[in-house]
Amino acid sequence: MKILTCPLNGPRPVSEFFYWGEVRPMPDPAAASDDEWADYVFNRNGAPGVKREWWCHTPSNTWFIAERDTEKDLVLKTYFYPGEE
Amino acid sequence: MPWRLLRFALNKKHPEPRMFTHHEKLKSSYDVVIIGAGGHGLAAAYYLARDHGITNVCVLEKGYIGGGNTGRNTTIIRSNYLTPEGVKFYDESVKLWQDLSTEFDLNLFYANRGHFTLAHTDSALRTMRWRAEVNKHYGINSEVVGPEVVKEAAPMIDLSCAGHSPILGALYHAPGSVARHDAVAWGYGRGADQRGVEIHQQTEVLGIDVQGGKVKGVKTSRGYIATNKVLCAVAGSTPRILKMVDVKTPLYIHPLQAMVSEPVKPWLDPILVSGSLHVYISQSARGELVMGASLDPYELHGTRSTLDFVEGLSTHMLEMFPFLSKVKVMRQWAGMADMTPDFAPIMGMTPVEGFYLDSGWGTWGFKATPVCGKTMSHTLVNDTPHPLITGFSLDRFRNFALTGEKGAASVGH
Repeated sequence: MKILTCPLNGPRPVSEFFYWGEVRPMPDPAAASDDEWADYVFNRNGAPGVKREWWCHTPSNTWFIAERDTEKDLVLKTYFYPGEE
Repeated sequence: MPWRLLRFALNKKHPEPRMFTHHEKLKSSYDVVIIGAGGHGLAAAYYLARDHGITNVCVLEKGYIGGGNTGRNTTIIRSNYLTPEGVKFYDESVKLWQDLSTEFDLNLFYANRGHFTLAHTDSALRTMRWRAEVNKHYGINSEVVGPEVVKEAAPMIDLSCAGHSPILGALYHAPGSVARHDAVAWGYGRGADQRGVEIHQQTEVLGIDVQGGKVKGVKTSRGYIATNKVLCAVAGSTPRILKMVDVKTPLYIHPLQAMVSEPVKPWLDPILVSGSLHVYISQSARGELVMGASLDPYELHGTRSTLDFVEGLSTHMLEMFPFLSKVKVMRQWAGMADMTPDFAPIMGMTPVEGFYLDSGWGTWGFKATPVCGKTMSHTLVNDTPHPLITGFSLDRFRNFALTGEKGAASVGH
């Protein structure tokens, strides 16, 4: 069983968590061109590496950031989104 | 040990034909370079040589032939998809499959078993009805059947699924089949090899030389190759190659795991799939139960398998077939699935001239092997997408024109 550390609840089994993909800045919907918007909606950085990702501890509905190496399957650190501690 | 074998072992130039020719060196240039010696890449090489007479082709493989997702899937072949694009495409593939053993002179153990997709809810049954009607419209043998038909085909099943997910009906697809997956890669590989295509194993692609938006060559771990055409057919490694040519796509990688049981006497003829229970199961020619579930829940570029997976899948398997409780799991493994948001592949041309993509094969690529080879070789030669793959172009995302195949994913992801 893999363990992930929730910033609020501490180490918990990974089955209690929900993965919501890489943290990506959203372009301004009013100013973005169709191509920029399509790029934001669909395209992903699919290559392996260290990524900042959204995760949620589902029993407590705690959203936070994990920095994870998606090739080595290692979580480097987990913390709250800045300003939402 | 037979003496003949020893004599061959000691003789460097033994006359016994090998399955594949060993090439000491890469040539300095090829007409076409194919990255990935799995089923898809080798099928494309085969049809390039056989149908288009292009034999100055090199297939590069980082590992060994068929060692990626070609050898990691659960070998199911079917065409009961949801979108007209998907149905026509996979139907062509099923037709090609049926002749392959004869064509290769190699037994693929292609076995027509019949395929049931079980419905445990009203909404699932509605989707089955929808798929059956689309299938019938295109002349494909699919129908919605009641639970009694499932029971007749698989008498050991518990129709109530431990009392909490009763089977209300199923989508029955008579052409559903299984085949020996490695043999498919070997058959295509040998056919291409005999026609002059070079297969280079243990050769990794390190970079792709793009100048002025056109492909000029490929950097490999064994030297540089000049070429104007590159076909990328590397499933879960596709994003790594795309990084080299700077092409953006929606592809994301999740592992997909599977396992087999110890061999048991034949008791299960059809292939059974349950989207609600996240289970698919068939019995191989060796008697092993081949079982799979849904994708792992987060991105990972590795092929390690987990105990969580075996526990989860076994739990659901026992709900369907309680009598399996004493059967042992023999092997488990994982493959890297290149997923797309609409569950349809990404095939054809890219913004880089001379760089062709056969990707987005997620959890549905094995059955498409022959038709992918056929359509991609056509696309490479004519520099225009084959009519069967126009719905799978990379452009469809930019144009907000997706090919929604999700309803036909055999296990809900």
